[in-house]
Amino acid sequence: MPWDEGLVNSLVYDRPDPSEGRVVSYVSAVNEALAIALEQDPSVFVLGQGVDDPTAMFGTTRDLAARFGPERVFDTPLSEESMMGVSTGAAMIGMRPVFMHNRPDFVLLAFNQLVTHASKFHFMDNGQTTVPVVVWAAIGRGWGSGAQHSQAIHGMLLGVPGLKIVMPSTPYDAKGLLLSAILDNNPVCVFEHRWLMKKDGVVPEGAYRVPIGKGIYRRRGRDLTIVGASHAIELAFQAATQLAPEGIDVEVVDLRTVKPLDEAIVLESLKNTGRLIAVDTAWMKGGLCAEIGCLAAEKGFGDLKAPIVRIGLPDVPTPAGYTLEQFYYPDAARIADAARRLVRS
Amino acid sequence: MTIRYPYKGHGADGFDRILHSHSTEQLVAWYRAMLRIRRIEEEIERRYHQDQMKTPIHLVIGQEAAAVGCCAALRETDLVYTSHRTHGAYLAKGGDLGRMLCEMHCRVNGCVGSRGGSMHLIDKSVGMAGTSAIVGGAVPIATGAALAAKMKQDDRVVVVFLGDATTEEGVTSESLNFAALRKLPVIFFCENNFYSVQSPLATRQPARDIRAWAEAHGMPAVSVDGVNILAVYNAVRDAVARARAGDGPTFVEVPVYRFRAHGGAGDDSKTGYRTEAERIVWEAVDPLQLFGAYLTRSAKLDRPAIQNMEHEIAVEIADAFELALASPNPTEEDLYRHVYAD
Repeated sequence: MPWDEGLVNSLVYDRPDPSEGRVVSYVSAVNEALAIALEQDPSVFVLGQGVDDPTAMFGTTRDLAARFGPERVFDTPLSEESMMGVSTGAAMIGMRPVFMHNRPDFVLLAFNQLVTHASKFHFMDNGQTTVPVVVWAAIGRGWGSGAQHSQAIHGMLLGVPGLKIVMPSTPYDAKGLLLSAILDNNPVCVFEHRWLMKKDGVVPEGAYRVPIGKGIYRRRGRDLTIVGASHAIELAFQAATQLAPEGIDVEVVDLRTVKPLDEAIVLESLKNTGRLIAVDTAWMKGGLCAEIGCLAAEKGFGDLKAPIVRIGLPDVPTPAGYTLEQFYYPDAARIADAARRLVRS
Repeated sequence: MTIRYPYKGHGADGFDRILHSHSTEQLVAWYRAMLRIRRIEEEIERRYHQDQMKTPIHLVIGQEAAAVGCCAALRETDLVYTSHRTHGAYLAKGGDLGRMLCEMHCRVNGCVGSRGGSMHLIDKSVGMAGTSAIVGGAVPIATGAALAAKMKQDDRVVVVFLGDATTEEGVTSESLNFAALRKLPVIFFCENNFYSVQSPLATRQPARDIRAWAEAHGMPAVSVDGVNILAVYNAVRDAVARARAGDGPTFVEVPVYRFRAHGGAGDDSKTGYRTEAERIVWEAVDPLQLFGAYLTRSAKLDRPAIQNMEHEIAVEIADAFELALASPNPTEEDLYRHVYAD
């Protein structure tokens, strides 16, 4: 059992309405996407430390090795850089590897191959080669994850041409975005959030795709836009729910993909509300919040009624202790406070 | 003058020690391939100062037997990956010369459309499949290609050219471990030229064989004379047979010497990181001269035949440079192509 299972189990989410369709867990949604991809395309394979062990990467790879065989779902040596290169090399000659890490922190070991090789080859060889490789990892938070098991690294990767990054916020998106990522002909990072994994949601059976590069309105509102992805959307919703009785009408934009960024939806929503809070599971500096802020300043300045607010992590490594964590991570209350200040300013 | 890395092979006698049944035609074709690479490299070097080729060059003069001997043991469908020192493998694997020189002149019809330059010569049509300008970068990629070949059961063998310094990169150890674990059809072809840029092997590695280091990863490793094309060919041929039979990877070390600087035109021994005396020792076993002398001695080749080859090659090279210089430059629009695949 993963060491943070108790924490994740204690998280409480609203139960979706079963009248809207089949309800499954986030983990099952990911598992279904992998199973469908493996079944539909013999070039798909899944690798990563422990993908075939009893814990099964939080359950996302449950039964896949038994079902599809050890040639297509396999454990790896603790060699992140090499295995990233192996995945890249296999992808370059027609395979579709899904390389899974239980935390993005381990992807940092593979940056040379991910950033300097996988993301560049299609350009460098003038389009002769495609690199359809998926890198999957779940951002950690809490239970002492600390500085080395909680990093959300998408900000560092936003400036890497040739790379795509998706960050689902619902079980529906987790399945649909992962299927899109596997079918995409480019390297795609899929960054999940550990705290979303106990979430249930309405998820259709069978294959479907959520388009990469397109955001979605999760909630329409007049007064203020909160934009983000992944677990930040959960916080945005909680904040919007707190603010509604106060007459503050929040619009929530879920980017779904953080690279390439759906600039149009951010600017459209900004035009609608005139106020913008960018929320992220990662550091504010030089990351997604910064990029959204810059986008608004550059292309939506005339629509801004108030300064942009960034809500993310301070420029501090993640502390391991429980009390320090409470100061470190933004929550819905902090987003709601910022929203009140913005609307009343 | 110090000779830190003496030549330890059998020189000209080495050819007589190798029993073979290659036809005269085959041997002459290999000689011609080596001569062609030498002359192409010399012409690139001769013109480099003109600044028409705005690309970092890493010449393979002195290492031709390694490239030709290795690629001769491969099929066209087999895949080759290299480091930044690409010219020899590209040409030996059958890469198009015209498109190579167009690439080096930054033209739109270069083999990779002016996105790669000299360090990234690729011609997928002949299995010159990928390069990396990060030392060790191509090693796991080639290993992954071998994994894919094994999964697809397409009977392909993969070779990755690496240097002595590549064995110092962690990713190389990781990749050898995985290749041995999974018995992948990959050959780690190590051209040990004793220097990484200007850093000698002795300042980078303890005094132990690279061959033994490789063997510790759980695969057969051999070391053969890199100036002797027949020795190189035999070693790679055996490794290919193992790989194709499903018996897994092999590490082949070939000590060689680059007669020129790490990068650019000319030799830089005068700067003092190595001695000219050392280069001269190795020039005495110039792989092209040695093989030519052996073929002449054994009456497989004569002076007029060599002169005829020289003439044909000179014409081919002149035509290829002419093509490159007459080819169009890319446009701004070209810059934005192929960032993402459809």
